[in-house]
Amino acid sequence: MSLKIKALTKSIWVFHLAASPCNNCDIEILDLLTPRWDIERFGIQLVGSVRHADAILVTGSMNRKAHERVKRVISQAPQPCFVIALGNCACSMEMFGASYNQMHCLDEVTKVHAYIAGCPPKPEAMIQGIIALIEAQLAALKK
Amino acid sequence: MGVIEGIGYLAGGFVVAAVVGMFAHWFDRKITARVQWRVGPPLFQPVYDFVKLLAKEVMVPEGASRFLFLSAPLFGLAATTVVSALFLRTVIFPGETFVGDLIVVIYLLTIPSQAIILGSFASANPLASLGGSREMKLVMSYELPFLLVVLVPVIKAGGTIRLGEIIQYQATQGAVIASISGVIAFVIALICMQAKLAKVPFDAPEAETEIMGGAYIEYSGVALGLFKLTQWMMMYVVPLFLMILFIGAVNWRQSWFNLLFAVLIYIGILLFITLVRNTNARLRIDQIMKFFWAMVTPFAVLAVILAFLGL
Ligand code: SF4
Repeated sequence: MSLKIKALTKSIWVFHLAASPCNNCDIEILDLLTPRWDIERFGIQLVGSVRHADAILVTGSMNRKAHERVKRVISQAPQPCFVIALGNCACSMEMFGASYNQMHCLDEVTKVHAYIAGCPPKPEAMIQGIIALIEAQLAALKK
Repeated sequence: MGVIEGIGYLAGGFVVAAVVGMFAHWFDRKITARVQWRVGPPLFQPVYDFVKLLAKEVMVPEGASRFLFLSAPLFGLAATTVVSALFLRTVIFPGETFVGDLIVVIYLLTIPSQAIILGSFASANPLASLGGSREMKLVMSYELPFLLVVLVPVIKAGGTIRLGEIIQYQATQGAVIASISGVIAFVIALICMQAKLAKVPFDAPEAETEIMGGAYIEYSGVALGLFKLTQWMMMYVVPLFLMILFIGAVNWRQSWFNLLFAVLIYIGILLFITLVRNTNARLRIDQIMKFFWAMVTPFAVLAVILAFLGL
């Protein structure tokens, strides 16, 4: 069992789910792949299909249309899969919360395992968030 | 050959192909990272990836043909394992191979592609079907020139279709690649190999950025892991096939240096695959077909004619 967990923490494939963001968070995610940060060092990879995902990065504040789709996409991921709210929008809807086309915050729709705040968060903050998620999961398993 | 011995060869072939294939995959990713001025993944990354996939849930999409969907990865894996076992035996005892093993290997090497086609059509996803139909066209494109260039060493070695005899011929008469027809054939075989491994510029069936992994889009967990493992094992099997056919470098009976030489050549071929994939853009499927049929096949025919003339 421990080998499996070690493998899971060493090889996180991330699916990026854009739920009506302003696109800035998404650009910062791509920064993680560039030479300066290079998260492939830790085995983290962006994948194109949610079926391959171990973590789902949700960006944006989920408007009325995106709402149903987000639920559907998250339900299609194979377990164990973690949901990470990336950016203030996904964490709390931020300034768009009062808008006519917003219904629910992400964590009212699904279980969120990690919040990464910032508008947009720095790549360092994202790496820190993912590490915090891994450590929290490992600690939960040890108990 | 007894049953026990056969199982031994199969197990040995599987282990060798899996280990070398994982190394090849890591090498590919590491060199890619270095080309892009990054650090790249650690050595055991493919192992972590594979073990992780074993631990994940397997999902079968609604409307998919369950049996075909789940068994398709096994076909590919089984075929690659058998090829690897055959090569293992050929390399250890070049004198004891059976007649026609070359033909068997060529057949078996197309089965992973067919497994991808079956699996993608069984998964009831439009993007997967697109990937499957592209894979089919890709196979149709490269298979003809590939078969033609495989004829070159066969003709050179006096019409034998036994891998062992081709190796022994090259041990005594010099490598096939040391002739004009051999060089042309080897270059074409390298191009076909790139397509067989579905690497850029011939990765239209997978096309991560366009059809999201194409044929593999609906696969998860163990099934995806087996597909990936087959892909990695192909990165060992196909280059080895070319080395046996054109260079004969795996003949360790002559001197142990040949083994070292073979490893170096293998790494060189891997480097070639990786560099080509990093410096090219993806071709559309119609461009791929045009490229293979209009440009590569005539050269393959030329190589065969030259081989007949003894050049
Ligand atoms: S958190 Fe900021 S940067 Fe990210 S999507 Fe929202 S508004 Fe854009």
